[in-house]
Amino acid sequence: MLLRTQKLGIDFGGLKAVDAVDLVIGAGAVTAIIGPNGAGKSTLFNLLNGFHKPTSGRIFFEGDDITGLPSHRIARRGISRTFQTTRLFPTASALENVLIGYRMHTRTNLWDAILRTPRARREEAECRDRAMRVLEFVGIPELAPLPVGSLPQEAQKRVAIALALVSQPKLLLLDEPAAGVNANETAALAELIRYIVSSGTTVCLVEHKMRMVMALADTIIVLNHGQKIAEGPPDQICSDPAVIEAYLGGRRDA
Amino acid sequence: MRVPTTRILWLAALLAALAFPFLTDNLYFLSIVITAFITAIAVYGLNVLVGETGQLSLAHAGFFGIGAYTAGILAVRFDLSFWLALPTAVAVTAFLGFLVGMVALRTRGDYFAIFTLGVGVVITGILDLWEGVTGGTDGLIGVPPPTRIGPLTFESLEAQYYLYLFCLALTILAVRNLSRSLVGRTLLAIRNDEHLAEAIGINVGRTKRLSFTISTSLAGFAGALYAPFLGYLGPSVSGLVMMFNMLLYLMIGGAASLAGPLVGTLLLMAATQGLLAFEEYQLLILGPLLVLSIIFAPTGIAGLVNRIGQRLSDRKTKPGPSAAPSSPSPKNRARPSHAPPHAEAGN
Amino acid sequence: MTLFFQQLVNGIALGSIYGLVALGLTLVYGVLKIPNFAHGALYMVGAYITFVAAVVYGMGYIGAIAVAVIVLAGIGVALERVVFNPLRHAPRLHSMIAALGVLLFLEAGAQLAWGAEFRRLPSPFSGTVVLFGLPVATQRLLVIVAAVAVMIGLSLFLKRTTTGAAIEAMAQDRAGALLVGIDTRKIAMLTFAISAALAAFAAALVAPLNLISPTMGEAVNLKAFVIIILGGMGSIPGAVVGGYLLALVEVLGGTYISSSFSQLIAFAVLVVVLAFRPTGLFTRGV
Ligand SMILES: Nc1ncnc2c1ncn2[C@@H]1O[C@H](COP(=O)(O)OP(=O)(O)OP(=O)(O)O)[C@@H](O)[C@H]1O
Ligand SMILES: [Mg+2]
Repeated sequence: MLLRTQKLGIDFGGLKAVDAVDLVIGAGAVTAIIGPNGAGKSTLFNLLNGFHKPTSGRIFFEGDDITGLPSHRIARRGISRTFQTTRLFPTASALENVLIGYRMHTRTNLWDAILRTPRARREEAECRDRAMRVLEFVGIPELAPLPVGSLPQEAQKRVAIALALVSQPKLLLLDEPAAGVNANETAALAELIRYIVSSGTTVCLVEHKMRMVMALADTIIVLNHGQKIAEGPPDQICSDPAVIEAYLGGRRDA
Repeated sequence: MRVPTTRILWLAALLAALAFPFLTDNLYFLSIVITAFITAIAVYGLNVLVGETGQLSLAHAGFFGIGAYTAGILAVRFDLSFWLALPTAVAVTAFLGFLVGMVALRTRGDYFAIFTLGVGVVITGILDLWEGVTGGTDGLIGVPPPTRIGPLTFESLEAQYYLYLFCLALTILAVRNLSRSLVGRTLLAIRNDEHLAEAIGINVGRTKRLSFTISTSLAGFAGALYAPFLGYLGPSVSGLVMMFNMLLYLMIGGAASLAGPLVGTLLLMAATQGLLAFEEYQLLILGPLLVLSIIFAPTGIAGLVNRIGQRLSDRKTKPGPSAAPSSPSPKNRARPSHAPPHAEAGN
Repeated sequence: MTLFFQQLVNGIALGSIYGLVALGLTLVYGVLKIPNFAHGALYMVGAYITFVAAVVYGMGYIGAIAVAVIVLAGIGVALERVVFNPLRHAPRLHSMIAALGVLLFLEAGAQLAWGAEFRRLPSPFSGTVVLFGLPVATQRLLVIVAAVAVMIGLSLFLKRTTTGAAIEAMAQDRAGALLVGIDTRKIAMLTFAISAALAAFAAALVAPLNLISPTMGEAVNLKAFVIIILGGMGSIPGAVVGGYLLALVEVLGGTYISSSFSQLIAFAVLVVVLAFRPTGLFTRGV
């Protein structure tokens, strides 16, 4: 068990976007979070990585209580994430976008930087090196020198995943990694996610594309109106009446 | 291919700067260039914060004033030598900058700009009202020129020119190293997207405070050089017009570029010398100039030159089949997206 | 007691001016999300136009006010079209810097046109009236009555008319407003026109009481920002309440503590509020 929440909730001025959610993310597995639009999936991620402070409940990571820690501290503990909308630096190259992700493992300070000390040079080279290796890992080494804004959607998604991976997280949160890409590309991204898991990183993903979720997930957690309404292996979730009700009642595309 | 070209340009600029006093014996020209050098140091400081970290501080001229007055007061009222007054002034400004940054940086975006506008107004107000120390509206008169150090004396304007040139060169070297380092990349990551920066483990608050302190230190450094050069100070050194001028030089030269602050400052200060007779009305032209440049050339002169250089080198490499077939041609490069900096944390 | 009463009236009069200026600022912020640093300069130009119309062209005071309001509304529309509209997709930083450019342009323009020296508009209502047995300057009473009337008129306009409702809708959500068929272009221009007109009206009201100079807008500008931070950026009632509050504290603080202190109050409030609530006092979910 890598991460566990206990009655986790947040209240946006009366709207309980996440409401008393207990969840467990097992190490080495793929946990998928699904639910209709506005169910609170992204908000749950924002709680897990410290963007929002929960108004109730606790979060434990590797047994430690990390509730209320600032995002950057949570990132340093090994929780990394991507965003539903890509937030890369469009005019910088893929490599430059990714290499800053390793910054948390470096110690270059102001004086190192201004004086260009050996440490500054060494760590810079190390960041580049790591970034290049991660770009290879996600399958786009040839795109390293190109500005991210010029890349197609799928490649941008891979750069965003590379940025999240370069810090060598223990847990990777992916918010709709396959949104806005076609069926072939979705399959390719699913392949990449499987590869990430096999290399030892635990993955938790939010996704609307059910075929991908069914194929990837070991456990599925279903949210509706901020509450967890079901949890279990894919085949069990498919036939859960509460889940069917939530999706049909919401009349949203799945 | 572009690296050697820019290095040659920088070397040429340095040679020209070294030779300049031999090419003219017009002391007026010389003093204008010196003023531009000093101002450029402050603009480099502004660039670290506004250009690279993306935080619009309107208190920068205020910190320039603090550096200038600290150095001036130490020299006039305490007879401190320039070489002691200079580091003291920088330290005082950096410390005050750090304190102000602690409070100011709790705010974001628009609030930060408004808050620092207020800080600037208050600094000018204090310089104006604290007559016993600052000389009030009459100003601080009789700041001596830089004192000798070892065998070097700075009585002649030429000698001062080389001193200030040295300080500028040092500044440029430092900010160049900074902006190319991991620290500089960290600043850019914050400018690009604070939330993303936090998510990859960057302590955004601390890094912004660092950036603010660097920028105020450079403002204080420039101010501490300005006082002994000019010989007198008035509260307007920290005023809104000064603030505006620094932003103008930065934006016209090109924010977040290495040459931008220098090019913008030299060019505009030289150009506005012709308008000196109408000093009060300069802003009638410069105000709209700033607005136009932000609308039509937001990356400034440096950005335009860069783009032209890139287009030329693209043309050169075009015939070669070397480009990877899968990689999209640089022509259909997506326009830089101007994502609003305040996009909410969700999604 | 008389002193207190007089200072209270002074405070309410000053608060009426602050309220009008802050209203314009908060409207533009709410609708267009631009912190318009040039707002104080619009106020200053409004005062000069009133002065010129009344003194140079010999118009009556009321006529001069009308001229100032109309001219400034025009300037507001021009600003929106020429400066802020082209920048609406640019980073926020750029509109803020552009606003500074406009501010210094207007100040330099005023100085060129009317000189740097202080001007004074002779007061058309120089007498006093007796209120609750105590004397009150007629001009101050006029300031209060006229300002309150305009505030009520504005809020009726925003609540009762479709155009006003559209302005409010846009203040909530511009993209959504576009979807439900509001002409955002027209609303943006109208908002700027109203904002500048309010500044001009405030300046015209205060012109007989204060000195007019090219930099008269700077202090008011900062105070208006303090007020809308206090009241919530974009909030209309917040601007009015904040305006009266700041003015009363300033006037009473100036009387009973020290007069140089009163100029620092606004800033002290700004520091304290933002130090404890970096997103302002009354912000709806960030
Ligand atoms: N910062 C915030 N302030 C107020 N309300 C918010 C905030 N963030 C999210 N919400 C609200 O919380 C609810 C859940 O939003 P969330 O983005 O988590 O949904 P989601 O499950 O990710 O939906 P989608 O599938 O569309 O991405 C929504 O009603 C949203 O409006
Ligand atoms: Mg979502």
